Amino acid sequence: MSLLEVDNVTCAFGSLIAVNGVSLTVEQGELRAVIGPNGAGKTTFFNLISGFFTPSSGRIRFRDRDITAMPAHKRVALGMARTFQITEIFPELTVRENLRVPVEVAAGLRLAPFLSRRKNAEIGARVAELLEQGGLAGKADRLVGELSHGDQRATEIMMALALKPSLLLLDEPTAGMGDQETHDVVQLIARLHKDHQLTIVLIEHDMRVVFHLATRIMVLAEGAVLAEGTASEIAADERVQTAYLGHAA
Amino acid sequence: MKVLDRRAATLLIWVVLAAMPYWMPLVGGYTALGTRVLVMAIAAMALNFLLGFTGVLSFGHAAYLGLGAYGAGMAIKYIAPSTSLGILVGVLVGTLGAMIIGAMIVRLRGVYFAMVTIAFGQVFYFIAFRWASLTGGDDGLTGWHRMPLDFGFTQIDIMNDDKAFYYLVLVCLAVSAGLMALLLRSPFGRTLLAIRENERRARFLGIPVEQHIWLSFVISAAFTSLAGTAYAYLDNFVDPRAFHWQQSGDFVIMAVLGGMRSFWGPLIGAAIFVVLQDKVSSLTDNWMSVIGLFFVLVVVFFPSGVLGILRRKAAA
Repeated sequence: MSLLEVDNVTCAFGSLIAVNGVSLTVEQGELRAVIGPNGAGKTTFFNLISGFFTPSSGRIRFRDRDITAMPAHKRVALGMARTFQITEIFPELTVRENLRVPVEVAAGLRLAPFLSRRKNAEIGARVAELLEQGGLAGKADRLVGELSHGDQRATEIMMALALKPSLLLLDEPTAGMGDQETHDVVQLIARLHKDHQLTIVLIEHDMRVVFHLATRIMVLAEGAVLAEGTASEIAADERVQTAYLGHAA
Repeated sequence: MKVLDRRAATLLIWVVLAAMPYWMPLVGGYTALGTRVLVMAIAAMALNFLLGFTGVLSFGHAAYLGLGAYGAGMAIKYIAPSTSLGILVGVLVGTLGAMIIGAMIVRLRGVYFAMVTIAFGQVFYFIAFRWASLTGGDDGLTGWHRMPLDFGFTQIDIMNDDKAFYYLVLVCLAVSAGLMALLLRSPFGRTLLAIRENERRARFLGIPVEQHIWLSFVISAAFTSLAGTAYAYLDNFVDPRAFHWQQSGDFVIMAVLGGMRSFWGPLIGAAIFVVLQDKVSSLTDNWMSVIGLFFVLVVVFFPSGVLGILRRKAAA
């Protein structure tokens, strides 16, 4: 059984078909990249998987359950976490509080009106662990809205990780970053993949990032799958070069 | 140091409130004015639980003030003359109303949410206005009054003793503020802040946003209806204006005036509003324009409210 099976999904907005009959199978422990030019339907595809939109047709299975029409928060409970292309965080809360929310949700405490001393200590320890992993320990008590783009991105990834997901979806994790920040985030993703055997699907624009990280790559163009394969197969594919790079290199 | 400052400020607030019936007359006030400040403070703080800490603007919280007020008055008039029964009935009716209305509107956002809350408030206003045989209509609900509190072994005469009634309302404020502060520090409270900060992020962290907003709405309305029961007891009277959207707007003004990002801000806002109303309305019928001007000045120059100004002064 595969972790995620997307079967022939289509998503249309009126007459615009953003995603057209795309299928994708992701195995446990994979780091899969989805690439494609602007407007290829990458983010829409992600939104279908994570429950932002419901597909017009096709099915999505996750951990052997049909989740095609399941609300987003229930997919999270099943073990699917995501980040967004434009960083989505809680700007006026501290980094620590940003991480505390998903840790408490994952512990089943989202409705808890109080915490026992013991629970509180457990939660605090888990948050500290995540701060450490994300390289955020020194900034724990700063408002996350005041941090650099790279640190905000790291916070967002650690928030997703706080949910202990079995599948992590990253939508252009290095979008709008400088070289150093990109390097740091790529290192973070590689480390999470390796240390936790975490299954990751990521959308990327930056080809260097993708070829460095991904075990397999899927290329989307105009809402449909153009090619799929290992990094070297994709790099050698002429159709990809034409669509993605504009011309055969 | 910061924690200590905050504790000192909270202590100061309680000391000032506890001694209010004794210093009020010295500065030209009277006990019932202090009680009115407390009543409005409970409602404004309750509104702010939703507005400032969940990020949802209700422009119809007078509905719950009114339900609490009529609930309490009618319980005493038609069921049994007991102050505590009135409080119980008022809070139950207000909370139940919020549960039903909340379930219908919790998917709306922003201005749509605010508009629909106004509409529901006005529905109650017209019911109270028209159904005169039950509610007294435009003349208000009369022919009842608050009763002494009977504990079996002793009685507290809140009926004739203004100060005793003041302290009953102060207890209501303490209970409300204590419970709301506790909730805001809990995991549940943090999910509300998360929703205020970024609803999409909250949803994709596995929080069913509508359910949490509904709970926040119901909690907020429950404390507002508690304020409503005290509101009715204060004058032993309630009329349909308790439901009017202008009253809802007053709560929003109090919260914003005092500072909606701070827990105690609405209390300060309520105090300023009620005292200005009392003092200026004895000078001119246009007292609302004075409050309006003050409100505009605060919002333009000090968007974090009066408490925000005080905090900045304290930090400097």
